[in-house]
Amino acid sequence: MKMELGQWQAAGNAAAPSTISDSVPLAIEARGLVKCFDGFTAVDGVDLLVPEGAIYGVLGPNGAGKTTTLRMLLGIIDPDAGYRRVLGCERPHDVAHRIGYLPEERGLYPAMKAYEAIAFVGALRGLPLVEGRKRGRALLEEHGLGYAADRQIRQLSKGMAQQVQLLATLVHEPRLVIFDEPFSGLDALNQGKLERMMRGLAERGTTVIFSTHVIAHAERLCDSVAIIAGGKVPFAGPVDVARDRIRPQVRLETRAGDGLWRAALPDDARCERKANGTTFWFFPLPESGVEPLLRALIEGEAGILSLSIERAGLHDAFVAIAGEAAARALEEVPEEQSTGSKRR
Amino acid sequence: MSNDHTSGRLSTLQAAMVIARRDFSAILFSRSFFIFLLGPLFPVIVALAAGSIGQQVDSNIARTTLGVAMSATDSTALIAARQHMEPQLGGQAPDMVLIGDRGSSASTDPGALLRQQQGNVAAIVSGSLAKPVLTGAPGLINAWQGPVSLIAAQAQDRAQQQAQGWGPSPFPTVALAPVENTNAAERQGRMRTAQSAQTLLFLLTMLLAGMVLSNLVEEKANKIIEVLAAAIPMNAVFYGKLFAMLGVSFVGIAAWGATFGSLAIAGGHSLSELVAPAVGWPLFIALGIAYFTMAYLLLGSVFLTIGSMAATVREVQTLSMPASMSQLMVFFFATYATASASAGLTLTAQLVPFSSPFAMLGKAAQDGVIWPHLAALVWQALWVALVIHFGSNLFRRRVMKSGPQKIKAVKRKLQPA
Repeated sequence: MKMELGQWQAAGNAAAPSTISDSVPLAIEARGLVKCFDGFTAVDGVDLLVPEGAIYGVLGPNGAGKTTTLRMLLGIIDPDAGYRRVLGCERPHDVAHRIGYLPEERGLYPAMKAYEAIAFVGALRGLPLVEGRKRGRALLEEHGLGYAADRQIRQLSKGMAQQVQLLATLVHEPRLVIFDEPFSGLDALNQGKLERMMRGLAERGTTVIFSTHVIAHAERLCDSVAIIAGGKVPFAGPVDVARDRIRPQVRLETRAGDGLWRAALPDDARCERKANGTTFWFFPLPESGVEPLLRALIEGEAGILSLSIERAGLHDAFVAIAGEAAARALEEVPEEQSTGSKRR
Repeated sequence: MSNDHTSGRLSTLQAAMVIARRDFSAILFSRSFFIFLLGPLFPVIVALAAGSIGQQVDSNIARTTLGVAMSATDSTALIAARQHMEPQLGGQAPDMVLIGDRGSSASTDPGALLRQQQGNVAAIVSGSLAKPVLTGAPGLINAWQGPVSLIAAQAQDRAQQQAQGWGPSPFPTVALAPVENTNAAERQGRMRTAQSAQTLLFLLTMLLAGMVLSNLVEEKANKIIEVLAAAIPMNAVFYGKLFAMLGVSFVGIAAWGATFGSLAIAGGHSLSELVAPAVGWPLFIALGIAYFTMAYLLLGSVFLTIGSMAATVREVQTLSMPASMSQLMVFFFATYATASASAGLTLTAQLVPFSSPFAMLGKAAQDGVIWPHLAALVWQALWVALVIHFGSNLFRRRVMKSGPQKIKAVKRKLQPA
């Protein structure tokens, strides 16, 4: 079942989570996407709002539903329910000439020459073949692969073939680029090059969406992320907001092991006693903030030796968010199986 | 990079042509295409080799002969009558050779005499001209019974004429008055033209459409299918694949047609050996090309759909046998319907999309009305579009999805021990 936005909102979905201002033009607007395969719900009500020109990460563990979501956005498969609008168009193939896509499972025709392979992918996106060949050679030259332009894909190393496919994704100068696990299979050097390329694209106004299960890339690159787990999106929004989902962690070193000041520490504070008699305490920063805590420690004569407050990283936020969602999904399984359908 | 050219949205046909161009050139410039072109020549080479071996065997084995063991007078008269009648009897007159002692042969046991023979004498005629006796293997003496009777009677007549002093009477000459086309002969001739055309159409589609079965396996194996599916609609991929294979088929047909046509002309054959079809040769050939295109696209779209569901080349090979059998059934149905007197059956064959090209080509040979062919071509094209629409949608639903197996495996890992 596919719906227009109006229908979708009329169906009681108007309060869908959105952190994007109405005035920001959206490269992608997806609400309530659902996809089932043979009774198995792979994507279950995904909402995504990606502003134009952003670098947007889709994070999730393997099998979370990232690829299925991206395939729905690209029109490779249609959602069973929900609404999608890509570059202002409800049928992604109508704007295919403005989209670039690098799938997770890379593939080119092995007998094609490198520049021809780039031109062919460009031709699929509406770029005239002659122009594609010219651009193919220029791109390979620009990225230090000019010597391989006339080699067949089968004669290239896996890494080089991947780079050729990456260039093919960009040959028609798309406005929206979707990368599915773009860093997998690349060495550290090429991962760095790819990160720089993605930043360059965004600077030129191209919207970049990529899926990954490596948080470090998203943390370095992304303005916003969507965390997918169990086919659902428990979080979508700016990276800072995701990190703020977890309270900062306090690391406290005291001379005293006990005293009235202990009342200021949360009950779940973890304690490590050192041989020299000092004690380390680890606990989330209390909601009241750092000042009442400090006051209580000083007045209670805790003997503060050191105190640091660390803001949560995206990795911590991801584990907390995706972990909870996965656990929730797992709890649903026995109940669902008893009714004959399977869901994550 | 130049910015002079920007990419634009492709129509389904344009997208199909991108795929078709790639596939066509990839096949045409591959080494295996040469083997493909030589393929139909293999049976010809085998047939020529078999023919030459057969000829050699024939030349090594002399014709069987009939031994004549009558009295000397009767034997001479029988052999002379056989020579006199040979032009009338043609190959039916057995070769005769005089055996045994002319004086005593009549009293010799023909069976014993036959067993003594070392050469090619396969039977013996003994007795007299009035009562000849054939001794030999049952099949052979049955076949020779009639000719020997005729020759013996002729020998008796000639002996009587000679006794009366007359020479042998010549056989009368039969004058021929051929009529070019009787209605019945024309109908029969056109039926032969129809069946020849249907057989050729069937052979070509069977030879060529089967190749489509494995067409999407390459894309799936190379993982490029997702790049294609993201860029253009899946039905454009299907159309492109079919157009490319159709183009390759036409190249093959042109090459084989030129080769076999030259051989046929060199061998003194021409189309005039067949009765001209009702619509005339030029239009018949044009319709033949159009119906081949439709038969190819119809069968090809089904094969492409079946093949696209296959995960491996082995699966494709397993599927190829039932696919060929179904083609054979369609062909038999169409030819049976063409030859049938039942108008209902003929119309059914013309309407069933997969037999329609064969049946309509048969109709073109027998009936000169043109408009049904235009309607049939539109009807068949509609079915091509329908099958491709169905096939590409099935492919998207069944093949283009993330593997639930992978997700289930991850879930199992997440399950607490």
